[in-house]
Amino acid sequence: MFLHEVIIAGFGGQGILSAGRLIAYAGMLDGREVSFFPSYGPEMRGGTANCMVVVSEDPIASPVLNRCSALIVMNNPSMEKFERYLKKDGVLIADSSLVKREPTRTDIRYFGLPATLMATDAGNKAFSNIYLMGKLIKETGIITPESFEKALYGVLPQSKHHLIPQEMEALRAGMAI
Amino acid sequence: MGEKLLMKGNEVIAEAAIRAGCRHYFGYPITPQTEIAHYMAKKMPKVGGVFLQAESEVAAINMVYGAASAGKRVMTSSSSPGISLKQEGISYASGAQLPAVVVNIMRGGPGLGGIQPSQSDYFQATKGGGHGDYRMIVLAPSSVQEMYELTVDAFNLADTYRMLAMILGDGILGQMMEVVNFRDEEPIVQADKSWATTGHGMKREHNVITSIHLDPAVLEQWNKGLQEKYRVIAEKEQRYELYRCEDAEIIIVAYGSVARIAKNVIKVAEEEGIKVGLLRPITLWPFPTKAFEQVIDKPRAFLTVEMSSGQMLEDVMLAVGGRKPVYFTGRMGGMIPQVDDIMAKIREIRAN
Repeated sequence: MFLHEVIIAGFGGQGILSAGRLIAYAGMLDGREVSFFPSYGPEMRGGTANCMVVVSEDPIASPVLNRCSALIVMNNPSMEKFERYLKKDGVLIADSSLVKREPTRTDIRYFGLPATLMATDAGNKAFSNIYLMGKLIKETGIITPESFEKALYGVLPQSKHHLIPQEMEALRAGMAI
Repeated sequence: MGEKLLMKGNEVIAEAAIRAGCRHYFGYPITPQTEIAHYMAKKMPKVGGVFLQAESEVAAINMVYGAASAGKRVMTSSSSPGISLKQEGISYASGAQLPAVVVNIMRGGPGLGGIQPSQSDYFQATKGGGHGDYRMIVLAPSSVQEMYELTVDAFNLADTYRMLAMILGDGILGQMMEVVNFRDEEPIVQADKSWATTGHGMKREHNVITSIHLDPAVLEQWNKGLQEKYRVIAEKEQRYELYRCEDAEIIIVAYGSVARIAKNVIKVAEEEGIKVGLLRPITLWPFPTKAFEQVIDKPRAFLTVEMSSGQMLEDVMLAVGGRKPVYFTGRMGGMIPQVDDIMAKIREIRAN
């Protein structure tokens, strides 16, 4: 059964919510059922941000997750808070340039990617979330790179479209690791 | 073929209102419903409508009173503390039999409370938050698609019965994004609005919109008229969803976003070999008592789950009428009931 329940968490400004929206949008383009539920309010304004995304072949029961099949963390507090949400054999992807500790659980699949360093080296720090999404796509098959590219064109304003080739490069780099 | 978009619940309510012919929106920002006002501010000028950010919630609801009196489709929206401020206007508009749509995207209370999702305004919405013997039609969507469809229905019901209709959602529904399928054309009810104060040009008696009737005999007659209308609505407009109730051992009663969580519970329970069903009220007023009559013989118990201390619970107990045990579990203050907690309650009921 095709069912992916993903939590993405980090600081506000790291593109946490954009990442979730892009995955949901791409999932819709793939013909799946999708839902996206963001954290909102004071925690968004400079504090922590997280979102819950479901991509499924069947109608989605609840957009609110208390278990997930994949988790992306981009800061230490998110690792602390969400590690326990992962199901057994779930995929944990961390930005290892920012998340200093490895998971304590041994029944999950862990991948550390220095995404912020990679993005900074490549010249655009704002793309760090995209390296992580690349890894997510590779490990879970939640969406296709093709639908991700279409989602970028669908979600981003026209003025940002010239950046999409670079973003796709970042996605492929994340997938290659 | 219609249009398929990934949208936030709040934005969908605003878009639905415009599609339903609403050209007047008066509001005041408050989390977690501000996107409704954002969307209206952006879109209303493009369709020749009015978006107005009022100086307060009290002003906004009175502007609604004015536009509705003129026979126009009008909406206001807010979240819990703001809806409390609107209660005087809601009572007046109900007394004057004015059709309009009020949206409450609930957050935790009482008082200023918090901004996280809650269902603790059920009493206020269904039992009368303002004074007097009045009712509102209260619709409780549980998906973004339903936020669209029920908002359109709310305008039609309001016009049909000349009364307020409320969309009662919560922060989860307002903030979440799902795919919504828009129809090419909306089923818009063209109600008789010969009562509206549109100017008589000296050609007819002038219309009066008021809620004041100082003669108690007249006021009682007026109230009898309202009650007769409410009786018709209670008979004709109950809406609900029954999900896997056929052979359910326990039936969960939940509305809105909590009904979604209940569907996850049903899956988990099935894995444990426990048959759980869901009775989901879509109209909170009129409360769908007919749904209970359909399933009353089946389960050994009902379990009400809410993001409140147990408000709908009272209506569930009235509908069940002592024929089966009714249990409750819920969270308050912006906390969301978890599948595990609800499962624990189900196991406890079965052990009794």
